Amino acid sequence: MSSRDLILARVRAAVAGVPDVEVPRAYRGTASAAAGAEGLVELFAERVRDYKAVVHVVAEPEVPALVARSVAERPARRLAVPGGFPASWLEQSEIDQVTDEPRLGAADLDAVDGVLTTCALAIAETGTIVLDAGPGQGRRALTLVPDYHLCLVRADQIVAGVPDAVARLDPVRPLTWISGPSATSDIELNRVEGVHGPRTLEVVIVV
Amino acid sequence: MRVALFITCVNDTLFPGTGRAVVTLLRRLGVDVEFPEAQTCCGQMHVNTGYRDEGVRLARHFVDVFRDYDAVVVPSGSCAAMVREQYPRLAGSGAAGVVAGKAGGGGAGAGRASGFAAAAAETTPKVYDLSEFLIDVLGVTDVGAYFPHRVTYHPTCHSLRGLHLGDRPTRLLQQVRGLELVPLPGAEECCGFGGTFAVKNPDISAAMCADKVRNVLDTGAEVLCAADNSCLMHIGGTLHRQKTGIRVMHLAEILASTEHRQGGSR
Amino acid sequence: MSRTFLGMPGIASPGKSGQTFPGNAARAVQNSQLRFNLRKATRTIRARRASVVNELPDWAELRQAGKAIKDHTLRNLDTYLIQLEEAVTKAGGHVHWAADADEANRIVAGLVKATGETEVVKVKSMATQEIGLNEALLEEGITAYETDLAELIVQLGDDWPSHILVPAIHRNRSEIREIFADNMSGWGRPAPDDLTDDPAALAEAARLHLRERFLASKVAISGANFMIAETGTLVVLESEGNGRMCLTLPETLISVVGIEKLLPTWRDLEVFLQLLPRSSTGERMNPYTSMWTGATEGQDFHLVLLDNGRTGVLADEVGRQALRCIRCSACLNVCPVYERAGGHAYGSVYPGPIGAILTPLLRGMETELDRSLPYASSLCGACYEVCPVAIDIPSVLVELRARARHPWTERAGMAAAGWVFNRSGRLARLQRIGGQMRTMVPKRLPGPLSGWTDTRDLPRVPKESFRDWWNRTDGGSR
Repeated sequence: MSSRDLILARVRAAVAGVPDVEVPRAYRGTASAAAGAEGLVELFAERVRDYKAVVHVVAEPEVPALVARSVAERPARRLAVPGGFPASWLEQSEIDQVTDEPRLGAADLDAVDGVLTTCALAIAETGTIVLDAGPGQGRRALTLVPDYHLCLVRADQIVAGVPDAVARLDPVRPLTWISGPSATSDIELNRVEGVHGPRTLEVVIVV
Repeated sequence: MRVALFITCVNDTLFPGTGRAVVTLLRRLGVDVEFPEAQTCCGQMHVNTGYRDEGVRLARHFVDVFRDYDAVVVPSGSCAAMVREQYPRLAGSGAAGVVAGKAGGGGAGAGRASGFAAAAAETTPKVYDLSEFLIDVLGVTDVGAYFPHRVTYHPTCHSLRGLHLGDRPTRLLQQVRGLELVPLPGAEECCGFGGTFAVKNPDISAAMCADKVRNVLDTGAEVLCAADNSCLMHIGGTLHRQKTGIRVMHLAEILASTEHRQGGSR
Repeated sequence: MSRTFLGMPGIASPGKSGQTFPGNAARAVQNSQLRFNLRKATRTIRARRASVVNELPDWAELRQAGKAIKDHTLRNLDTYLIQLEEAVTKAGGHVHWAADADEANRIVAGLVKATGETEVVKVKSMATQEIGLNEALLEEGITAYETDLAELIVQLGDDWPSHILVPAIHRNRSEIREIFADNMSGWGRPAPDDLTDDPAALAEAARLHLRERFLASKVAISGANFMIAETGTLVVLESEGNGRMCLTLPETLISVVGIEKLLPTWRDLEVFLQLLPRSSTGERMNPYTSMWTGATEGQDFHLVLLDNGRTGVLADEVGRQALRCIRCSACLNVCPVYERAGGHAYGSVYPGPIGAILTPLLRGMETELDRSLPYASSLCGACYEVCPVAIDIPSVLVELRARARHPWTERAGMAAAGWVFNRSGRLARLQRIGGQMRTMVPKRLPGPLSGWTDTRDLPRVPKESFRDWWNRTDGGSR
């Protein structure tokens, strides 16, 4: 008998005659509040700041200037920019754009100063941004190896809670949920920001 | 209403003053409490130490003794929690039948087991910790007590997380004239008694108790109060060994105290 | 069936006779540095957990849903395992089945060898810890590098994990500094000469030490927090980014996952992504969560489904609820016994309250150590209260105690007590004898009862029991 058949047979013997269970879903499900509602922007900004990320809330026309200022302050010169990232947002930035086509090797990725991306959606209650490798987001390693990640979030991408996010995401796409910069609690259970992932996370909310 | 007192084996044997205080208090509030003499022990020590068959025998005895009363008052959060939480489980488990099988012989097992389940289902909802009986059944929080001392209250695990007594005991204490109630830091943490745990894991138990005692000392209280004498025996034994001068008193003893006659006979 | 292997061959070898929880704990409790470290860490995390749990108005409902989803999954585990296998395979992944630790280790070693590599990077995983994968790989000439900061501390310190989430919780910052300064050079890039014990500096040292390793690794091994049957998606929650490094950079990814980690539907994650981070690290959300389905971004993906005793637990009517566990470690952080005994005393990779039930359920109660684990609790109930999937740990402990073999002296004592309590007349007579001999009770008790009188005085035995008072005074009316 294969281990597969053995395990399945053991499972069937173990649960034979055990009654099944209904799942009560009395918790808060998908919110009635529309994505991007004003309260959500404020809550999201506050929750992301709690993780010690840098947060800006700006109107669309101010985005190019803000991005230029942010990367200059870092300072970040060579920045990875995934395909599909709105070119207009980079109009005022003095940077060397590095594309991922053909794919950058790990060492090349390590050599860039940072990465600029959009996102698939964001969650207000938990201060989370989710990337799904869609346009402007790139593959997973792109937002991991560089030490600086600037992420642009449109207000209408901000949903209220985790159930709203799960309902909108496509599980078949590779997903990365990001809540603040890389951190650890492994030393005396105190949170310290900055380990292997980007040590600086800057989130620009475009209203 | 027929009200019975389940004194518990520990109180009966080692802390009769608590039982006398409950009787005094209930009489003062107009309750004619009875003491069914056939009562012994709820079976908690046996069940929690792994002797379930013995424990079920005692549980069966308990429901036989108390099933005809309208209310059973228990001056021990732990024993009340044993009856209310564990009896239904014991009745549902195979052990109830096994014991019946041994005692009754062969085929009588199943019938007697379901008899225990029915009796347990009938009896357990009528079992109250003292503070529940006073507040939920009698509807009183001011029991007319007088106790001019600085007191801190340890809620005990089974009162807190088993019975969910909440603030009932402290509401009662707040109404006691002259009493100054001071909060106990880390109140919700276990004192380390845990029945036979104190004997099987003496080092951890003592370490837990040492922290509890430090918190009690930090309050500057004269009296440590709880609704369970087994926890008080544990903490009190350490307080006494360390010659701290802090007394331990069961909630009933403070509530029974009046200007004329002060309780606390240890 | 051979006994289920649960790691930790050294410190508290399950085969070594004489090991018991009380004995291990008695030694641990004397270690004031250990107690200080644990006290500080567990108290920090307790407060954080409480604040983020209390801010959710529907925590109780999420907990009920989490419990029910897990129970439903376990009830239909065969169906969902087959569904998962199909979905993963369809998405280009390879699924392997391992009945026990040996088989899982053999499968993983074979997969690594097939790549021609002799080094692998690892994401922190309880399943691989449980089966002793690192040791098994070493025997095959393969070196596994732990990349989680706490696992790195344990590996560099030649130590054993003592906590599910933070395996190095027993180490404080200055001990960690020493371990890094002394041992990093033996495993790769040395620690900076001017390393301080500032946690940020220690994290930076780990970053530098592992950086090149991540960038060069061809094979990674992970576990998973959840597997979604309907989509074949695997989910890993982490904080540092070491997980993302291992999951995305290497060409081959091997995930070893216990069969109970399944969830039926994608939607079920909406419950567990709220329950787990808040219970575990006390955060609204952990910094990074990765989700992937099958072979992703050109990677070669292997999933090893691990039984290793789980189906035995599933057959246990009372014990099967332990399979709901999502390894958050909230029960450890709140446990007064764990706080003082530390994780090593439990002699298993699963310490604390969940370990006190899971270890004997998986491994049986053949040894003295495993028989003593169900007694490693005062039954205070704090673990049950914080468990996000409502595992009634105290009830399972009591059930296991009923199944354990007991020492004969205790059996005799309990039988005698039972005999006395069976008739109130016997109890009354014993109370009277006690009352008469009250002055003869020694200050120090003999034998196993001496544990009490070592630090506590006994109460004085009263002259008269309550029942005798009641009879003498007719209930106080005379």
